[in-house]
Amino acid sequence: MSMEELFEPMKEPMIMGAAVSIVVGAITIVAGLTYFKKWGYFYKNWLTTVDHKKIGVMYIIVALVMLFRGGIDALLMRAQTAVPENNLLNAQHYNEIFTTHGLVMILFMAMPFIIGLMNVVVPLQIGARDVAFPRLNALSFWLFAAGAGLLNVSFIIGGSPDAGWTAYFPLAGIEFSPNVGNNYYAWALQLSGLGTLMTGINFITTIMKMRAPGLKLMKMPMFTWSALITNVIITFAFPVLTVALALMTLDRQFGTKFFAMSDGGMDMLWANLFWVWGHPEVYIVILPAFGIFSEVISTFSRKNLFGYKSMVMSMIVISLLSFMVWAHHFYTMGHGVMVNSIFSVSTMLIAVPTGVKIFNWLLTMRHGKIQFTTPMLYALAFIPIFTIGGVTGVMLAMASADYQYHNTMFLVAHFHYVLIPGTVFGVLAGYHFWWPKIFGFRLNEKLGKAAFWCIAIGFNVAFFPLFILGLDGYARRMFTYSASTGYGTLNMISFLGALGMAVGFALICYNIYYSFRHSPRDENGDPWDARSLEWATHSPVPEYNFAVVPEVNQLDEYWYAKKEGRDITAGEYERIHMPNNSGAPMWMAGVLFLFSFFFVFSVWTAVIVFGIATLGFMAFRSFEKDHGHYIEVAEIEATERQLRGDK
Amino acid sequence: MSKENTSLPLEYRTEENRLKVFGFWIFLGAEIMLFATLFTVYFVLTDRTGSGPAGIDIFEMPPVLLETFLLLTSSFLIGLGVHAMRIGRVKAMIVFYILTLLLGAGFLAVEIMEFVTYVNEGATITTSAFLSSLMTLLGTHGAHVTFGLLWGIAIIVQVVKRGLNAQTANKAFIFSLYWHFLDVVWIFIFSFVYLKGVLG
Repeated sequence: MSMEELFEPMKEPMIMGAAVSIVVGAITIVAGLTYFKKWGYFYKNWLTTVDHKKIGVMYIIVALVMLFRGGIDALLMRAQTAVPENNLLNAQHYNEIFTTHGLVMILFMAMPFIIGLMNVVVPLQIGARDVAFPRLNALSFWLFAAGAGLLNVSFIIGGSPDAGWTAYFPLAGIEFSPNVGNNYYAWALQLSGLGTLMTGINFITTIMKMRAPGLKLMKMPMFTWSALITNVIITFAFPVLTVALALMTLDRQFGTKFFAMSDGGMDMLWANLFWVWGHPEVYIVILPAFGIFSEVISTFSRKNLFGYKSMVMSMIVISLLSFMVWAHHFYTMGHGVMVNSIFSVSTMLIAVPTGVKIFNWLLTMRHGKIQFTTPMLYALAFIPIFTIGGVTGVMLAMASADYQYHNTMFLVAHFHYVLIPGTVFGVLAGYHFWWPKIFGFRLNEKLGKAAFWCIAIGFNVAFFPLFILGLDGYARRMFTYSASTGYGTLNMISFLGALGMAVGFALICYNIYYSFRHSPRDENGDPWDARSLEWATHSPVPEYNFAVVPEVNQLDEYWYAKKEGRDITAGEYERIHMPNNSGAPMWMAGVLFLFSFFFVFSVWTAVIVFGIATLGFMAFRSFEKDHGHYIEVAEIEATERQLRGDK
Repeated sequence: MSKENTSLPLEYRTEENRLKVFGFWIFLGAEIMLFATLFTVYFVLTDRTGSGPAGIDIFEMPPVLLETFLLLTSSFLIGLGVHAMRIGRVKAMIVFYILTLLLGAGFLAVEIMEFVTYVNEGATITTSAFLSSLMTLLGTHGAHVTFGLLWGIAIIVQVVKRGLNAQTANKAFIFSLYWHFLDVVWIFIFSFVYLKGVLG
């Protein structure tokens, strides 16, 4: 490939602009760090950290950046379709944008946001000092970041994937997509997917083995339960994606025939493999949100969670069913009445445990003293809006009726009605709820609520018209339409709703700055008067989390201890063992980034060099003697005194 | 972590060791899913031979039996190695681990020859969907064995240099889990790829 071809995408002014803004942003950060002489601090305290709280924060920062990348994609799509026969984007650019919008929002926004919150919160909720494998956790983050970087580089060098986020064959095959876009797809997802798999293993081990004394499984906070179940799904679903992506790479770059249309290949095999991972993935991003809503609703209703056991059971049932419904994504692709019926029934079954959860949340609020805080507003809005998403999901689950809705905007409206109130509202609720735990001050409530109303109203204005458009036969992924179709008005309304959401997200950003300047600092570590263990320690949380690991005898132990005037964090200090920081995860992910980048372009010498370098990192880790370090009692006492604000 | 529970075998003594063994079992669960997916792909594509040969045309049992014998014996030997480790016989343990790796290398050599034979017969990974799935399944297992050889060497070097302690025992034990797992996968390959293929 010549240099000319390599930078072909740059010829488009919009992509050129994006590239320039990335470069300017990078230069600003580098110049800022150099000017304020913060390189050493930045490297020592952030880039090499193995502290689960800092890794969580880094996940969330990248997720927010990706939210804006995916959000700009979304605005461009809505702007392009706002009026008939628009020429803002050409067909190819539109294809690239709806592909990367889906990839970015699911894999590089929703996933890291959720994993980031899990990182921050789960060890605190179970009274652990860190996750089971802190170094592996850092590697997970950096692999995810490398994957996100790779996908974003594709826009500028070589071209983005353009076959939809599902990358169905034969369209995504080398015959119909000869440029490197889908090679990028395979490697960006492969890298971040490996990171996610490691997270899965890490968190299962953490939750199963590192709980505070007395904290039985059935006494765990609901968010930790949702994290456990989610990580089990991750561990069993992501290897399927690993294989599917490897086969895609083999087909595209080595001429194998898995998904080919000749020599016995089977293009539908891709669709099956993709959705065997892809449907559990939907629950990977929704179950933790359910966990967050459970915490938020219980905290701000001043009541314990209604139906704890049924909450746990319903999540387990959902996780099992999530592996048995994948074919409902392609009813129309001709697998017969019997198969369609079975998948239809299993899909509708999911509505049962989900309904159980909805009623549990409603009953938690019943007779509660509800406080309308920002996180609670997101939780309250979630219930009715998500129910619309769920009900339209049952409509789509009916195989025979699906022939009418399939691949129309009705489907697009449905999954946005599930994912935005479910996942996005969930992570935003969690973000506002746990922000003071991480930073020691609350986000401004007025701005937070203003943002909430913009997003909630904007969302409905943007997506409800799409249900009607879909029923009128407006197909998804069309880059434009003629005026005679009459789709113009509703599309314009939808665009206005999208702008409303954009205002909401801008307010969320401004709120960070505003609250950093003006919010009062939180004194006691428990600003919401909340229930679970993470609120028992200081905010911001010291490196070792708990000076004394609390003993737990019941669900919401901290809440009852507060009522009874007990201090569950009192006790003798002992020296604490902590893991050492390490730069290896970041450098190893950097090497794997280069490995994947050159793999995308089939530059084999570089691939071999960076492949061997990766093995070198693994050997280094195997031979390294790293016994961690101790925090001595005197240091703990000093830190605790300072955090308590003693004179 | 500083507290060692001396009633347990060396590889389980520290908290960190117990976490690592548990985490590795979860990892093996993920590996099972990985191979299950590859097997599924193979079963779906096994009759889709296009214009290329089918399994019955190319499978030769003698080298496959030799591979099976080598790998199963190596799995037995690493079991003896772990036993030697538990009773504190470091030298015997190292010998058993070295023999394990030698047999693993033998397995790999036979498998590479098998692949060369296929390619010489015109059955390459690009010939048909069946051959793509066969060679990807075998190749993934072979790549795991290759990685295991490198890993095993690193473990042996550490045991020789540092002696047996909670860390090295833990590493050696986890490596044995990995090696047994590769053996189990091979049993499935032997039964459901080769035997089934030859019987038609």
